Amino acid sequence: MNMQTLNPSRTGGDAMPEGRGASRLLSRLFATRPKAVTLIAAVVLALIVAIALFAPWLANHDPLALSPANRLKGMSESYWLGTDAYGRDLYSRILYGAQVSLIVGVGVAILSVAIGLPLGLLAGYFRAIDAILMRIMDGLMAIPGILLAIAIVSLTSANLWTVMLAIMVPEIPQVVRLVRSRVLSAREEPFVEAAVLMGTPTLKLMIRHLMPSTIAPLIVQGTYICASAILTEAILSFLGAGIGTEIPSWGNIMSEGRIYFQIKPSLIFWAGLLLSACILSINLLGDSARDALDPKMKRRNA
Amino acid sequence: MSTATVTSGRDSAKAAAEKVLEVEGLVVETGGKRPAPILRGVSFSISPGETLCLVGESGSGKSVTSLATMGLLPRGALVARGGRILLDGENLLEATPSRLKALRANRMAMIFQEPMTALNPVLSVGRQLDEVLETHTRLSSRERKAKVLDAFSQVHLPEIERIYSSFPHQLSGGQRQRIMIAMALVLEPRLLIADEPTTALDVTTQKQILSLIKELQQKHGTAVLFITHDMGVVVDIADRVCVMNKGEVVESGEVAQVLGAPREAYTQTLLDAVPSLTPRAPRIEASQKTVLEVQALEKVFEGGRGLMRWLGKSSEGTRAVDDVSFRLKRGRTLGIVGESGSGKSTLARCVMRLETPSGGAIRVDGKEISELSRSMLKPHRKRIQMIFQDPNRSLNPRRTIGDSLVEGPMNYGTPRKQAWARGRELLELVGLPADAIDRYPHQFSGGQRQRIAIARALMMEPEVIVADEAVSALDVSVQAQVLGLIDEIQQRLGIAVLFITHDLRVAAQICDEVLVMQRGKLVEYGPAAEVLANPQAEYTRALMEAAPGRHWDFAARAPLQPIAG
Repeated sequence: MNMQTLNPSRTGGDAMPEGRGASRLLSRLFATRPKAVTLIAAVVLALIVAIALFAPWLANHDPLALSPANRLKGMSESYWLGTDAYGRDLYSRILYGAQVSLIVGVGVAILSVAIGLPLGLLAGYFRAIDAILMRIMDGLMAIPGILLAIAIVSLTSANLWTVMLAIMVPEIPQVVRLVRSRVLSAREEPFVEAAVLMGTPTLKLMIRHLMPSTIAPLIVQGTYICASAILTEAILSFLGAGIGTEIPSWGNIMSEGRIYFQIKPSLIFWAGLLLSACILSINLLGDSARDALDPKMKRRNA
Repeated sequence: MSTATVTSGRDSAKAAAEKVLEVEGLVVETGGKRPAPILRGVSFSISPGETLCLVGESGSGKSVTSLATMGLLPRGALVARGGRILLDGENLLEATPSRLKALRANRMAMIFQEPMTALNPVLSVGRQLDEVLETHTRLSSRERKAKVLDAFSQVHLPEIERIYSSFPHQLSGGQRQRIMIAMALVLEPRLLIADEPTTALDVTTQKQILSLIKELQQKHGTAVLFITHDMGVVVDIADRVCVMNKGEVVESGEVAQVLGAPREAYTQTLLDAVPSLTPRAPRIEASQKTVLEVQALEKVFEGGRGLMRWLGKSSEGTRAVDDVSFRLKRGRTLGIVGESGSGKSTLARCVMRLETPSGGAIRVDGKEISELSRSMLKPHRKRIQMIFQDPNRSLNPRRTIGDSLVEGPMNYGTPRKQAWARGRELLELVGLPADAIDRYPHQFSGGQRQRIAIARALMMEPEVIVADEAVSALDVSVQAQVLGLIDEIQQRLGIAVLFITHDLRVAAQICDEVLVMQRGKLVEYGPAAEVLANPQAEYTRALMEAAPGRHWDFAARAPLQPIAG
């Protein structure tokens, strides 16, 4: 009888109630009917994700294939959005550019949370670590993000990983500070003190009682990091400090198109439009997530 | 029954029969698509110079009534759907927002529970009162200042010139509430609404504020609508009482009649739940074994850390606990009583080793724990467990009751299955169904959560339970049940209880011994019957004097017979 109520997957005891926690978060996200703007943003983002995923099938040219004979062509049957200064198909390049942007955005968001969350937990819980770690974080925050990224990329080779690392480093302190502030207030909660009194080991205490309250704000922060990483990647590419110029990314496309902007504005226009739409929709989704997860904001909007 | 003289001499003002406030069949519902009723036809009236107390437990709708009267119902969330609120014959539910605004200043005023949040922190309090006068009167600035100072002296503030230019954070809680009262009454309103104005204050301050409200009311003939959950306060201040429950007025009448001969069963249970100030009969000491001993305990919070100290601005620090000693035997209850800032909670936290004491000894079962490190402490944690004040925050909202219950025993190596079975047993012991084990904390009421917290403490099979204001956040009827439960568990399991409370009534009903603290120091320590019935220290006497409703015996429904001498 008693055993029936014991969920067999949790008999280990140490396992975090991941499934339940996640489903509670999801149910909070979808508790109310989403607003129209949220739906539009979701649709736009879904389209961009689809473009990135299906780029090999959607593209009708090799994005890297040079064709000196067809330089700076206008829109045509063969080149839907025309060609760039090297005769490469703009339409195909923009499709592949979505891949780079999304990989950088999502990758940086996940990695910076994965690194920042444990650091924030440590800083929030241990005073001694807090004093040292937060001074390091203050130091990192004092460096202008783009400059740091340019420095890292120029010191190493310019590939996707170094670009992601360069964008991620200035984002980590934000995550650490957010997690730390949550932990500082959560550790004062009586249920946390009760767990201390029941002899719960520190690691378990952090994972079981302190971490869950940081998840909701981290989801929101993660969307903002994602959007800003996509933007920073485009800026770095535009400045020529991003991934190799031959790789199609929206920033590279715009950077190369800049020279011919007066002759052929569409070289910049389409990439810029997709970049803006992508960042705007991610930010809007982040705002909706914050409204849904933060009860205080909900009351203000009501 | 002797419904004799509780309130004599207050009747004169009531002769002027004209009502200041009449509420008739007030219905308030929640907004939105599925309205739920909050008030179901509430009616009462107040004459000039009269005090009407709205009494009820949380959720009874007493605060919503006051907000509806002030026109301050949260827009969209709560809507008045029916009835009338007449202030001097004018229906407030039909008044325009601008008319309500004018009325709120001139004809009715409100004071709140927490004066700090009602005052603007960046303006001096004198300036804030001045602003009220500037907006609503045509007085010159010199006349205004004179009037503000006069208002301050009427609420008996000391050094009124200094107070005039003080900011809210520089004043004590009682002084802030005096400022609020001065602000509310400066335009001489006809109606004063006081929503739990003394709940956040210490008993001695509460007594002063209550007598101040009464004094000003008699001077100005103000009608007072006083909202409280505390029956003791009702005895001290009310002329008439409205008992509310679930959005309805259950019973109303003269205070002597409602408290002396209540007609409704609900009122009777409410009165029966009020703990008596007379200490309970002493219990026989079942065991001579000392389970907790505290010797000359000290806790100093260092002032001015880091840079400030380096700059030489360090202070002596605050001695939150100063040379306190006591001894707790198996199966006994020691109450630690004191006002806010007396160090009673710090003492409890030191005993639990949530704080590290600065000096002295704590012996649990004879083992000194005051200087053990965290890992060394672990074997001893088991013996001493804690119940917290706020039942809404003492359980992890993301874990089931069962997970919370078994966490402790599993940390000490009990197999999960065995701990789970024990959890079910204990849930039944504290009066909850065994299937509660699979539910989440938010599915339980405050009283039930406190029962769960007790069960969680018992899971560790402790010898001592420290209860820090464990019933203060609960309604009086729930409080009585939880106190009964603690008592029963103590009888059955022989656990010693260290009970921290500010409420002398609760202390009188549950404690064998009482330790009175003031500013970190031990003032008086002895058997409850002696300390509370015949206090020796002046401070203890002042505390007993200030306990609201001390002259009324709620269970006997009659004034307390004064003890000879």
